[in-house]
Amino acid sequence: MKVVYMDNNATTRVDPLVVQEMLPFFTETYGNPSSMHLVGARAQKAVAQAREKVAQLLNAHPDEIVFTSCGTESDNAAIRGVLEASPEKRHLVTTRVEHPAVWNQIPYLRQKGYRVTELRVDREGRLDLEHLKASLTDDTALVSIMFANNETGVIFPLEEVAQIVKARGIVFHTDAVQAVGKIPVDLSKLPVDLLSMSGHKIHAPKGIGVLYIRRGTKVAPFMIGGHQEKGRRGGTENVPYIVGLGKAAEISQQELSKESMRLQGLRDKLEHGILERIPRVLVNGKGAERLPNTLSCCFEYVEGESLLLLLSDLGICASSGSACTSGSLEPSHVLRAMGIPYTAAHGSVRFSLGRFNTEEEVDFVLENLPGIVERLRQISPFWERRAEVSKG
Amino acid sequence: MWEYTEKVMDHFRNPRNVGVIDDADGVGEVGSMACGDALTLYIKVDQQGRIKDAKFQTFGCASAIASSSALTELIKGKTIEEALKITNQDIADYLGGLPEQKMHCSVMGREALLAAIANYKGQSRESLASPLVCECFGVTQEEIERAIRENGLTTREQVTHYTKAGGGCGSCHERIEEILARLKKEVPVVALPAQRRLTNLQKMRLVEETIERQIRPELQKDGGDIELVDVEGNRVMVSLRGVCTGCPSSNITIKGIEQKLKEMVSQDLVVEEVRQ
Repeated sequence: MKVVYMDNNATTRVDPLVVQEMLPFFTETYGNPSSMHLVGARAQKAVAQAREKVAQLLNAHPDEIVFTSCGTESDNAAIRGVLEASPEKRHLVTTRVEHPAVWNQIPYLRQKGYRVTELRVDREGRLDLEHLKASLTDDTALVSIMFANNETGVIFPLEEVAQIVKARGIVFHTDAVQAVGKIPVDLSKLPVDLLSMSGHKIHAPKGIGVLYIRRGTKVAPFMIGGHQEKGRRGGTENVPYIVGLGKAAEISQQELSKESMRLQGLRDKLEHGILERIPRVLVNGKGAERLPNTLSCCFEYVEGESLLLLLSDLGICASSGSACTSGSLEPSHVLRAMGIPYTAAHGSVRFSLGRFNTEEEVDFVLENLPGIVERLRQISPFWERRAEVSKG
Repeated sequence: MWEYTEKVMDHFRNPRNVGVIDDADGVGEVGSMACGDALTLYIKVDQQGRIKDAKFQTFGCASAIASSSALTELIKGKTIEEALKITNQDIADYLGGLPEQKMHCSVMGREALLAAIANYKGQSRESLASPLVCECFGVTQEEIERAIRENGLTTREQVTHYTKAGGGCGSCHERIEEILARLKKEVPVVALPAQRRLTNLQKMRLVEETIERQIRPELQKDGGDIELVDVEGNRVMVSLRGVCTGCPSSNITIKGIEQKLKEMVSQDLVVEEVRQ
């Protein structure tokens, strides 16, 4: 069965060019970059080149790039590192729609005695900038606001956000895991102090991430150990993965503008096709600026997990913010924060496209999805009643 | 990704008895769209009080649809009295088991059955008169108590997995703990009749429950602890922890554990200690 993989916000296929670039670093150039011999020196050089490529993708300086193990580590290192570096300040501002890597730190920080403000979003998932302005105080140590939302693809106006925060002299972190590689991220123009990104969202492998730390930003080290990463993150460098990430960043930079237009074309075709063919569908964040590859929609009267499993039977891979898929009993906190009714949120499905998706695949989904939704609606006790109500 | 059995996937992909019985003798509606799953069960009962047809409509995940389908298969041809004896565990067993976090789907089936039978008898559902414990998911005290009794639940997390109660805002956690503490005193572990043949799954579950509810608390009183390592046929392998480790009387302890398990689960069990 052919696999139609449309879950690229969850993870991406490693680009074969990236794999090719990585392989020698397992078997030939296996040195420790800290070693004083030729094998070590080669590894060190490869790490330096990869750092350069990642810096170019973000338009940053190589010494501002710290390699980590994943996006979650980057988010933890940023938030806890900044708070520890200014222990006198006890207030943090973030949003209600962050990724769990940030969001789930909130109860922990509150337990540690921090005050945390969670900014509101509107029905389209747009940030309330007035709420942001009003929340900043002299006690605010850090503002952490994501660049683009993983579930809905809604992009926050990060330049405006960063300016508001920096005007108050407050440290600003952004989780840009979903933005990097999908839309331009230029850190020479964007006044953020810290930025998290992840390799496996841009066709590098899982297990490698980056924390960008702007020169002069005070951050306590998260992983204490050797002198690696200028003492900001101890631990022997994961050389093959760093090399892979460098290659992925290079490809991403070369293809970004062309690729984002192509993906937006496919996404729009999918979106319009669904709305044309299937009644009672809501597109989440329709009125907001969104990532070109992401379509999140709610199929009313249908439960998301059932929909995903029937799609999966046809080889189509997507994800859902329904309660059942996560093992929790509540639907996605992001959709709830947007005020999407529970009745619709349980039927949410996210299609996220990537480099290897084709137009034929979009057509295949459009051919098969309406039948699956209809089949589940026929089983549902509410669908028929809705029909009766509209007849009456 | 959930690990669903082939049987669950089969009943999800090809649900049996979907639909409405227009002249149903009993209708049971449970759940709501806001809660994420809902089931309407229709039954047709003949003059001898036998369920001759059952149909359902379900909004929910794969295990909710499969549980509803299994329920209708289980009750068809049974008398009302027989059907009343079907527990949520029977629904789960019919499907070859459900992930614990999805057990509430089997409980939803059981609740719909009770509702449909009450409706057939012209009674109002007792559980509706019972006080509401979980407001987020509309779960009553009686529903929670029934799930605890019938499934031998011991922790609040289990109650949430089985009934959804406490899975929302969390403000009812204390009340659920109170119910658990109260029932723990009054109800012994669900003792099965000795002659009943146990499936492997039932045996393992009972061994686990007996250890959790009866053996572990005793050992913990003395600063020890026990871990169930494996069950292979009738061999139950455990490892002792805390002060029990290397305790000269651990042989005696093992014999005591074996005695208890024989009494509660099956006379054929042999307990072995695994040293790690």
